[in-house]
Amino acid sequence: MIRLEKIYKKFERLEVLKGVDLVVEKGEVVVIIGPSGAGKSTLLRCVNLLERPTSGRVIFEGIDITRMDGREIDRVRERIGMVFQHINLFNHLNVLDNVTLAPVKVKGLSRSEAEHIANSLLARMGIEDKLYAYPSQLSGGQRQRVAIARALAMQPDIMLFDEPTSALDPEMIKEVLDVMSSLVKDGMTMIIVTHEMGFAREVADRIIFMDNGYIVEEGSPKEIFSNPKEERTVMFLSKILY
Amino acid sequence: MSDEPFFPFLMSIMPHLGKGTLMTVELTIISVGIGVLIGIFGGIARVSKRPLLFIPSTVYVEIIRGTPLLAQLFIVYFGLPSLGINLPPFTSAVIAMGINSGAYVTEIFRGGIQSIERGQMEAARSLGLSYLQAMRYIILPQAFKRILPPLGNEFIAMLKDSSLASTIAIAELMRVGREITSRTFRSFEVLAVVALMYLAITLPLSLIVRYTERRMSVSD
Repeated sequence: MIRLEKIYKKFERLEVLKGVDLVVEKGEVVVIIGPSGAGKSTLLRCVNLLERPTSGRVIFEGIDITRMDGREIDRVRERIGMVFQHINLFNHLNVLDNVTLAPVKVKGLSRSEAEHIANSLLARMGIEDKLYAYPSQLSGGQRQRVAIARALAMQPDIMLFDEPTSALDPEMIKEVLDVMSSLVKDGMTMIIVTHEMGFAREVADRIIFMDNGYIVEEGSPKEIFSNPKEERTVMFLSKILY
Repeated sequence: MSDEPFFPFLMSIMPHLGKGTLMTVELTIISVGIGVLIGIFGGIARVSKRPLLFIPSTVYVEIIRGTPLLAQLFIVYFGLPSLGINLPPFTSAVIAMGINSGAYVTEIFRGGIQSIERGQMEAARSLGLSYLQAMRYIILPQAFKRILPPLGNEFIAMLKDSSLASTIAIAELMRVGREITSRTFRSFEVLAVVALMYLAITLPLSLIVRYTERRMSVSD
């Protein structure tokens, strides 16, 4: 479904990605782990071209999207949902409007169709009683669940999660991870950057360990967590697992 | 007439000053209105990465802010006729003041747009909204709320600067005051009253601006 080929990304002089190749099949759940500064978020943001790779190709369903013009990229982004560490709900819109805005303005759904979809998604996220609340009136966990609903409302083919629980208070992490687990059960294709190793082990079909702009090692959760081959992977895991 | 006591004298000139004040307010509202229209697009152009938008808007802002409004007013009213363009005083004033205000409002919008966290634009784009849709539905509504206080200040500044339009024969407050002065020779009283009339509008406005600023700093 997604194929990244030889992705390089430079910011000024800093080379953040140094030739990354990654393939994600339909229905697959890929979790990217690694120390901060490894390039995980940048790699994820290259998938929907929020970050333009300095070189390399991003192939979505067989088409190289790095060669597309702006409007074509917008059409691809409709199909790639994204959830951010800093949540980024639209602060001036209530929960319902946050979720219905893109389906109405981008997909051209009617208001009532969009609300129908939003209502059932928000019910599934457990926030059906907060439809008219503003983001500032919600807890961090509720906000992130609304953000997930907002992305799902576009009925994307794949979901990207960029450290979705890193900015949350500890007691709110589980409610967000639970929602993500339920998406996994539904067979959603997902790429997740996270520091939640227990969650990664549980849901991932494949774990990617990144460091210093490279993919150092990849494999099943069992291979990576129980039997890592690369020294850097061993080092990283020994620092974060106890 | 000129030794008439102050209050009866004041009452006799008040209707004229009232008309002048109306003209001043009208001039200001239309000019700042034009300024806001220019400013929305100017602000978007100023934050654009496209040289075709960024460069002209920057040049516009720098030229207008770097030259006196009086010179701009004279160029439109006295200068354009030598190019064969004759505009009535009111139209000239509104054009000059609107273009002038547009430069300041452009910078206000630029600041407002840049004050919105980058994540808002990214979230909007990740959903498939185009850059302009994201601006229209996500960035500008939030920016607009934040720039209300500086827009209020711009309105106050323009209200005072509109007194310059008295130099091109527009019967706004300042002009009316000077006409009364030259008729009655009671310069100090009349001009003091004129100044107080400006103050009577600007003071409540600046209080409102300060109040909104304080409320916003609490809610943000």
